Amino acid sequence: MFGWEFPPHILGGLGTASYGLTRGMTQCGDMEITFVIPKPWGDEDRSFLRIIGANCTPIAWREHDYDYVKQRVGHCMDPQEYYDLRNHIYADFNYMHTNELGCMEFSGRYPDNLLEEINNYSIVAGVIARTYPFDVIHSHDWLTYPAGIHAKQVTGKPLVIHVHATDFDRSRGNVNPQVFAIEKDGMDKADHIITVSDLTRRTVIEKYHISPDKVTTVHNAVEPISSEIEGIEPKRNTKDKVVTFLGRITMQKGPEYFVEAAHLVLKRTKNVRFVMAGSGDKMNEMIRLASARGIADRFHFTGFLKGKQVYEMLKSSDVYIMPSVSEPFGISPLEAMQVGVPSIISLQSGCAEILSNVIKIDYWDIEAMADAIYSIVTYPAMYEHLKIEGKNEVDQIVWEKAGKKVIDIYKKVLGWN
Amino acid sequence: MKTICLYFQIHQPFRLKRYRFFDIGSDHYYYDDFNNEAIISRIAERSYIPAIQAIHEMIEQSGQKFKVAFSISGTALEQMEIYAPEVIENLRTLVKTGCVEFLAETYAHSLSSLYDEDEFKRQVVMHSQKISSLFGQMPVVFRNTELIYSDEIGQKVAEMGFKGIIVEGAKHILGWKSPNYVYSCVAAPKLKMLMRNFRFSDDISFRFSNRNWDNYPLTADKYIDWIAKTPESEPLVNLFMNFDTFGEMHTQESGIFEFLKALPGCADRRGITFKTPSEVVSSLDAVDSIYVTYPISWADEERDTSAWLGNRLQKDAVSKLYSVGERVRLSRDRRLMQDWIYLQSSDHFYYMSTKHSSDGAVHSHFSPYDSPFDAFTNYMNVLGDFIDRVKAQYPDSIDNEELNALLQTINNQDNKINELEKELRKLKTPKKKVAKEG
Repeated sequence: MFGWEFPPHILGGLGTASYGLTRGMTQCGDMEITFVIPKPWGDEDRSFLRIIGANCTPIAWREHDYDYVKQRVGHCMDPQEYYDLRNHIYADFNYMHTNELGCMEFSGRYPDNLLEEINNYSIVAGVIARTYPFDVIHSHDWLTYPAGIHAKQVTGKPLVIHVHATDFDRSRGNVNPQVFAIEKDGMDKADHIITVSDLTRRTVIEKYHISPDKVTTVHNAVEPISSEIEGIEPKRNTKDKVVTFLGRITMQKGPEYFVEAAHLVLKRTKNVRFVMAGSGDKMNEMIRLASARGIADRFHFTGFLKGKQVYEMLKSSDVYIMPSVSEPFGISPLEAMQVGVPSIISLQSGCAEILSNVIKIDYWDIEAMADAIYSIVTYPAMYEHLKIEGKNEVDQIVWEKAGKKVIDIYKKVLGWN
Repeated sequence: MKTICLYFQIHQPFRLKRYRFFDIGSDHYYYDDFNNEAIISRIAERSYIPAIQAIHEMIEQSGQKFKVAFSISGTALEQMEIYAPEVIENLRTLVKTGCVEFLAETYAHSLSSLYDEDEFKRQVVMHSQKISSLFGQMPVVFRNTELIYSDEIGQKVAEMGFKGIIVEGAKHILGWKSPNYVYSCVAAPKLKMLMRNFRFSDDISFRFSNRNWDNYPLTADKYIDWIAKTPESEPLVNLFMNFDTFGEMHTQESGIFEFLKALPGCADRRGITFKTPSEVVSSLDAVDSIYVTYPISWADEERDTSAWLGNRLQKDAVSKLYSVGERVRLSRDRRLMQDWIYLQSSDHFYYMSTKHSSDGAVHSHFSPYDSPFDAFTNYMNVLGDFIDRVKAQYPDSIDNEELNALLQTINNQDNKINELEKELRKLKTPKKKVAKEG
């Protein structure tokens, strides 16, 4: 499998989904997974899969003794693997910029030279594909499609690509042609395509012109919450109800609709506070909008939250809202429901396809959104119902089921059944 | 000799319009006139009118031997008066044949029998008056909303003077007993119970046009044959269903009207007769009494009240509504009283059901809302405005008893003033006479 992120060092939902899916697949048994990421930190959970760092994979031959290698890469791989990989260098890449180990540097993030990093990643993929035995190649998101294609060319093994998002979701239609080309190339060369929702599946079929029988939806799931998070005592020092938006403040997430809905709610009730947690390029605009509507005293910005802070924020909320304009899946409402927070989501999010104990609205329908917020904060029965039934529902959505579906797809592309 | 007792239910609620929370306090009109008109007009055209005409023909052709009963809710009657008066006209003509009986029920097709005894009685009386003013008949057999029944309800109904009641022949109530006899209510032995034969009823209302059913297509001959083959000692088959079964649930093209028209002939050949519920009640004796401790209904597989009161949302909405009942009844504001009736229709709570939200079956089929949560929010917003209006009439600080006493005093004062005025007039007149004479 080629991925870009893996917990605990994650920047978006991709890492969480990669972790959950691979874990779910190993729970189904009889699976051996090698997971490639650009830059491992060494503290990833390796109990159920093998993690290979692209930045620890040599592409140019360098002589080093065992101890030196151990000192350099020991924190994230067995030094012997370095030598195994070195034995499979397939071309002279000395012209590339490498370090003393013959490896390339990766940021593992989303830097400005992302396209170059993607290309380097696929060079490394050639070495890895030659080194380890496997049956199927699985590429997560467009960043790793070139690597998957390369591995397929080298080994002739079937390629499955996993579409966690498309550029149409990220850009509200203003697609970056380079990104589109990479995505389209990956989808064309893949033997099968997995999408995280029917919404994304339609995008893949309609915008990328892919044959429908090659595209299957496997909805994401959610990891059960840890006891540490369960134990967080929410701080509720206010008598007011709290409505929370949590995520990147970008065009894709529809933050302006949330502000407008807040304005409508506050016209009628005063005992509600609104929180916009996260950061993003639209943040300043939202701050201006909130003050222009005259609700800045009830509308709060927290900035970027991480790790435990996210759950602290969720647990002290009465309503969670995700008014995304286009959301391939959207894991965060599931996380909110896990801690018993009633959720409002847009019909334009993939997770709306599998959730029933949430309120679903069109992202642009601020009246419906305001009405839903008002309903939850005003009518205790509504709050209780969504809290309890929502938690029950989300507890049934486990990765094991998703893993099973992915394994079935593997069997299909391999012709094993 | 066997008898078939046919009864049809007609009900339409006043569906609510989209009512946002910011409308509370500024907009006091709650109904979706467009939708209500569209639905009743469509059903009247496709179902009610052709079906009533078919029944009329059948009665005449059978020489007054074919008989049916209707239970029409007050809200449905009102909608017909406004949007489809021809249905009422047709029914009036049908009544003249003397083969049609109307049953009593709650005016709004409400759940008042479970929540508010005073309201229940008030609505039943209101409905009977409506039926008698429209069709000149005073109902003697009672049919509760969606056949909701328990011993307690049976007792109340008997106290109101009804002779019989229509009840679902639910398996968990009857056990080994057959629905094809008359039973009596254990709490009021004089009240006779007519048990719906759900197998034969659902053969028509649910399965008639189902091509996967092994008995498809169902012919009148085959159907009456089944009824004739029930054990000889069983005197009665009660077929109770929604009237829109004909033409709406099963379209005209399915042959449902031809099926209906063929029934009397087929029955006649096998010596099976038709009776209205009141005729059944007066001609057949109860063979046993039936215990129903917890309320039953004819809805869903469970045959209980969970379709309306299955989740927190529904329970909260219903109890909030009835919490103001006593106070509303003190009011003399006509619009308030009308809204009070319309808001009680059980449909509003049915839309909030989450029972089938996973497979999205029956409940969503009838609902004007996208989701039960949407239904709840909209209803609660309307109810919020309604309750505010009730409170505006009588301040919250006075409790009901005190208020009642005050109203009583005012009422008494009125009477007293009237009396005194009369006396005054009496005293004044002879004085004049005296003056004249003098």
